[in-house]
Amino acid sequence: MSTDREASVEMLAERRKHSSITDLLLRLVREKPLGMVGGVITLLLLLTGIFANFLAPYGMNETSGAFLASPSAEHILGADNLGRDLLSRIIYGARVSVIVGFTATALSIVISTLIGLFSGFIGGAFDVVVQRLVDAWMCFPGLILLLVLVSLMGPGMWQIIIILALSFGITGSRVVRSAVIVIKQNIYVQAAVAIGCSRTELLVRHILPNIMAPIIILFSTRIPGIIMTEASLSFLGLGIPPPTPSWGGMLSGAAQRYMFLAPWMAIWPGVALSVVVYGVNMFGDALRDLLDPRLRGGMGRYSGAKVKSIKVKSIKEKKRNGYGS
Amino acid sequence: MNALDRQKLKEMRNYIIRRLLLVIPTLLIASLIVFFMVRLIPGDIIAQMLQERESTNLEVDRVMIERSLGLDVPVYVQYFRWMGGIILHGDLGKSLWEGTPVAEDIAAKLPVTFELGLFSLIIGLLISLPVGIFSAVRQDTIGDYIARSFAILCIAVPSFWLGIMVMVFPSIWWGWSPPITLVRFAEDPAGNLVQFVVPAVILGMSLAGVTMRMTRSMMLEVLRQDYVRTAWSKGLKERTVVVQHAMKNALIPVVTIIGLQLPILVGGTVIIEKIFALPGIGRLMLDAIVQRDYTIVSGLMLVIASFVLLCNIAVDLTYGFLDPRVQYK
Repeated sequence: MSTDREASVEMLAERRKHSSITDLLLRLVREKPLGMVGGVITLLLLLTGIFANFLAPYGMNETSGAFLASPSAEHILGADNLGRDLLSRIIYGARVSVIVGFTATALSIVISTLIGLFSGFIGGAFDVVVQRLVDAWMCFPGLILLLVLVSLMGPGMWQIIIILALSFGITGSRVVRSAVIVIKQNIYVQAAVAIGCSRTELLVRHILPNIMAPIIILFSTRIPGIIMTEASLSFLGLGIPPPTPSWGGMLSGAAQRYMFLAPWMAIWPGVALSVVVYGVNMFGDALRDLLDPRLRGGMGRYSGAKVKSIKVKSIKEKKRNGYGS
Repeated sequence: MNALDRQKLKEMRNYIIRRLLLVIPTLLIASLIVFFMVRLIPGDIIAQMLQERESTNLEVDRVMIERSLGLDVPVYVQYFRWMGGIILHGDLGKSLWEGTPVAEDIAAKLPVTFELGLFSLIIGLLISLPVGIFSAVRQDTIGDYIARSFAILCIAVPSFWLGIMVMVFPSIWWGWSPPITLVRFAEDPAGNLVQFVVPAVILGMSLAGVTMRMTRSMMLEVLRQDYVRTAWSKGLKERTVVVQHAMKNALIPVVTIIGLQLPILVGGTVIIEKIFALPGIGRLMLDAIVQRDYTIVSGLMLVIASFVLLCNIAVDLTYGFLDPRVQYK
């Protein structure tokens, strides 16, 4: 008997040895086939972005005489109006999407965490003031605010990254803030206060680790949105400046001018963008479902953050106040 | 009207007043953001104007233009003049380039955007609600998988690309292309609707994805509740259970999502109006940003922000109509 128990304890210890990341990946493969497909697409995007120089048959701005060449053995997806190979530009476009998507998302998460953590943790008047600023920021439609910010900072990849990070970061701080407020009310936090933890210790050791799940979810669900927004800005001519190939930018200007002569110029960047946004979305969704069982199956719940201003009274309470009858 | 209703109405009135009062500080902060951010935009408009007029006497002309545009006083004075104009006369200032009142410019473009937005919202709901409900009722069937993939597709396929595809392929295959000039509803109602239907479907689809997923997950949740099981066990028809029992409760949170999508809708019109050459406020915004027309940009942003804030209140109020448990406290 005792050996049995020892064996099972050992097995448990064995299971512990699996890092949580491997565990997560195993569950992804087993439980979320669509999410796995998304994960593969995300991985392919990453690899394409990193190894663009090796994968692309031509340089990103290398021109040949083949203006508007239709798809052929030399130019698999055809060439654009300047004779640049479309496939190569799409591959380099993946690099732009990777850099902007991941860097801007990471920065935005840092901003969200800083604002949300302090606003939620400190609370009181500080929270009220910060939240009114966030309110004011959020009453502008994202794209329009971004357009103004871009014209403020000028075009360029780093400017776009900073602007996207700022805009998405401020909006996302709400998620972090509400997570912090929920965690703050836990008894173990009160216990930590009671045994005399300093504020820094409280934040770093007790609160931050416990809001990691929403932060990771925020990260994985933000990437497709940021990639799409960068493409929209570039499409409107206020994003990554040409000749750097961005999928959004490749769809505006020349692609629209020559869309009847060379439809491939307008087709492929959009296909690439759709596939990537689809894949990263599915991956992010699967990750969210695996990490946060409360959100399983969808986009949040009725009892979520929205109902803050309207108090839904329980039926018992209503009866007490004489409404129920 | 009994006492309870009167009580509820009174509570609601107080709630509306309180919410409207809370809008004021938010709008004030928003107006500060708008005014000062827009004025930080580099590229001096006066330099552009001087260049355009091929001015020979630069200094004198500069002073004259500055004075005529009201740019000769410190920025904070400009802000108070601007806010004063808005509060006292509803005057958003004049366009720096055209000299026309901004409020008139916006009013002239608003109907196009309003029609596009409303049309898209209706199409979005016509797609998302039935498909979302179907997908929940037939959970984990092939129909459900197709519907869910369609929803993700709606989110993943960028509307600007879809717009271009709609321009390219019908034109290559059938020689059809969307009209380039605006057909006014008053002149040709049918032509106007035909012109708006394609952009509205594209914009509506981008909204439908999120709403569809929300509808599905809310329906799934409600369908598992006890009162729905009771309805089934009473032997009611599926139609009755789904439509009369489950749907009403499931759709309450969906209203919120629709409200939250309004800013996305406004952003989407910028793109759609550009592709389909519709002269709405999205186009006005884009042109004004490119031309550095401060007054149009700040006026328009303030109008949009007020609209979004009012819609948020409206959404919270609809909660009360849909769900009698909600109290306005």
